Order: sequence, then structure tokens, then C-alpha cells
Amino acid sequence: MTSDLDPAAADLDVTLPAGEGWTHELGPGDLFRIVDLEGNQAVDTLFFNSRDLDERYSANETIRGQRNIYLTTGTRLLSTEGRPLLTIVADTCGRHDTLGGACSAESNQVRYDLAKKYMHNCRDTFLLALGRYGNGMSKRDLPSNINFFMNVPVTPQGALTFEDGVSGPARYVEMRAETHVLVLISNCPQLNNPCNGYDPTPVRLLIWRKS
Amino acid sequence: MTSGKVTLRGGQAWSGRLRRNQHLVLTDVEGRACVSALFYNARDPLERYNMADTLKAQFTAFLTTGRVLYSDMGRVLCSVVADGCGWHDTITGVGDAAGSEARFGAGGYQKLRNERHRNARDNLLVELGKHGLGKRDLVANLNFFVRVGVGEDGSLAWVSGNSHPGAAVDLRFEMDTLVVLSNTPHPLDPALAYRPPTIDLIVADGPAAPQDDRCRLSRPENGRGFALTEAYIAETCGEETDR
Repeated sequence: MTSDLDPAAADLDVTLPAGEGWTHELGPGDLFRIVDLEGNQAVDTLFFNSRDLDERYSANETIRGQRNIYLTTGTRLLSTEGRPLLTIVADTCGRHDTLGGACSAESNQVRYDLAKKYMHNCRDTFLLALGRYGNGMSKRDLPSNINFFMNVPVTPQGALTFEDGVSGPARYVEMRAETHVLVLISNCPQLNNPCNGYDPTPVRLLIWRKS
Repeated sequence: MTSGKVTLRGGQAWSGRLRRNQHLVLTDVEGRACVSALFYNARDPLERYNMADTLKAQFTAFLTTGRVLYSDMGRVLCSVVADGCGWHDTITGVGDAAGSEARFGAGGYQKLRNERHRNARDNLLVELGKHGLGKRDLVANLNFFVRVGVGEDGSLAWVSGNSHPGAAVDLRFEMDTLVVLSNTPHPLDPALAYRPPTIDLIVADGPAAPQDDRCRLSRPENGRGFALTEAYIAETCGEETDR
């Protein structure tokens, strides 16, 4: 489903390079769009209730709530308290992942090679962004996240794989905040698997404020 | 934990510290259980079971014999060394008090006394609280003896008959681990009556994983996971590894 919103009328319009983090607060009714500018870029994302940071996005609640593992238009992104933080209102990609989690220095060692620990990764980006945001947030505040534009299919036999993206240049996903939300993004720097097409690229972030 | 047997009544929660090389065997006595589980490094509970890292490293959406549970620090908390069930759910989480009341009706203590309807979320919060942990630590969990199928379109569907009476899963701990369990109905189980079954827990001592261990060799990723775990054990416990 596409959106009618005009980027020229957005209240915020920024480009986030690969390997960078971003935090931002949304109010109820604000509309938030992520654009996969060049295609095939994973955008690791978490949401928190900005007025009670203990309440945060829950992958389990979200997929069980809609009885489906893939996120797309109509998906309510549920919190650990079972409440909607945001609702996906437009999506020109068609499928987003919430099982694959975020890459880390340590999981890169397990998955690829013990010598990969030096490589940049989403968890380090998350931790730096949380450290800058403050409030004493740490690794304890990094539950299973959303990977926008990433394709992690599960077969009926229970196999789980990372596949080439189903996204493409200029595809986007748009969400409406249902409450006061803190957005935390890592624009994924992973070079060891096809989640970024082996070439991590920038994404565009737009916000239309309700008031 | 000292070696021995514990029986969990339907609805009961449990937590305990398993030492490296100890086994925890869970038995689904009646064959229709859901045991929701979380795992933390007993020495540093900021390190905990990580659903995504467990699934990614082993290219699987479920757990059974030969697979391991990864922490968020690239280490193996425990290994599934035997499994009479075949599928343990990793993705569908736990139910809460509101969901329990919607399905089973009011289940408070005032009326039902100790037959009250307990739910996994509240049970896990109680046990986590005993160890100084709380909501922020209630991460994506494991549901032993449960299978929720995933269709080609991503749809989820409860699979009945996944377990059977006497089905047991044997976990060998590769690190000192805090285990938190809740023996409560799964939120997608269509059964209309609240009657979680009995679970037997057996704790036993054992040897370290040998070099030809099935879990260690089941994937090259797991070989690296064991290497990182054994390096950590040597560093933090001064234990000689026989490598």
C-alpha cells in the first residue's frame, strides 16, 4: 500500500548513512516513514514508550498478535505490555523481518569467523545511540528488534535463512505512532551476508507531525 | 543445584542455578505441556538467552537434539543433548493475565485459592524478581514441548499433539546458568479448560562436552560458539579445558 503524504511537507527529513545510529521521539498520531533509498538495506529498529521506557517493542507479542511472522501494512507493532506502539499504514516493500535480530561483534564471531570481532555491527550502534540518549539504558534494553526491508523466511519445516532482500530503490514503510514513542535505529553495516546486498547504503527518515 | 528431582504442579514456576556440565531433564508427564523458559549467565545476568542469535547461528526456527541455546555474547548457555519431542517453540512468547482471563474466565486467588489460574508472564516476573531481575529482562523466551507452525505466507498455526506422555528434553549446561521456568498454558493453545499438566525436573551432574559432541559438531557456528564459551570459562573460572 502506498502513502499520499508529500515529502516536501514533512516536518523532518534526514538521511542516515549506513553504520550510523539515530534516536528520535514521536507523539501520538505522528507519521514516520523510512525510505530504502538504494534498495536492499536492512534498518534495525526498536521502539519504546518514551514516557515509560520499560515498555518496549516485543517481537513475540507482535507476531502472536497478528498470527504471522512478517510485518507489513496493517501490522500493529505491540509492546511488552501488549499495547500498540505504532501501526504500519503504508508499505511498498511488502515484508519486514522481526526474527533475525541485530548483528553484534560476538554473534559475528560465531556466525562467520572468530577474527570478525573488529567489524562494525548494529548492537554497537544501538549501544552508542542509547549511551548518548542516556537514562541508564544499556544492553539490557535491547530486546529482539525489527529489521525493516530484510527478508528472513521460515519454511513450514522450520528452516530459517537470510535471503536477498525483497526491497528495491525508493521502497518505503510508513508508520503511525499510537502513543509517545522513542525510535532507535541502526542502519545496518553488516558485510558478511546478503541482508544489505553486501553494500550497506543510506536511508531517508521522514516525520509528519500531527500537531 | 544439587542433583535430584523436582515436580512442578500445573501452573507452577521455578528458578534455579545450574552449574557447568550439569544436566536439566524436563519431562512432560502428561504429554501436553508448555514450559516457558528464560536463561541468564548466573555470574552476570546481563548476559542472557538470545532468540535471534540462537536461530541465526543454526538456520532454524525451533530447537531439538543437536542444537544449542546462545547467549547475546556469542556463548553457549546450554545444549539440547536429547529430545523425545522433536520441536520446541522459540518465537511465540508468553501469555499474560488478561489473555488468561479472556480464555478461562476469572481465575483469582479469592475464589480459587491455590487452584488459581497462573500465567507465564506473571510467573516469570515473580521468579525474575527473586534474582533482582524484572520486566527489562523478560526477553524472547523458549516454550518447551510447544510447536507453532509457520505457513509459506508466514501465518502461525498451533500444532496439536506435538508432545506425548513421558516426552523428555535433556539440557547440558555449558556455563553456570540461571534458569527460570513457568509451567502454564501457551496463549495459542486452543484448549478451553485451565489445566496445565505436571512436569518433572531432574538435575544431574555430568562430564564436559567431548570433542566429538553432537551439539558441538552439528554446525561450524557451534564449534566457534563452544570455543568462545570455553575461553570464557578458562578466563573467569580458571578451569582447565581439555582442549
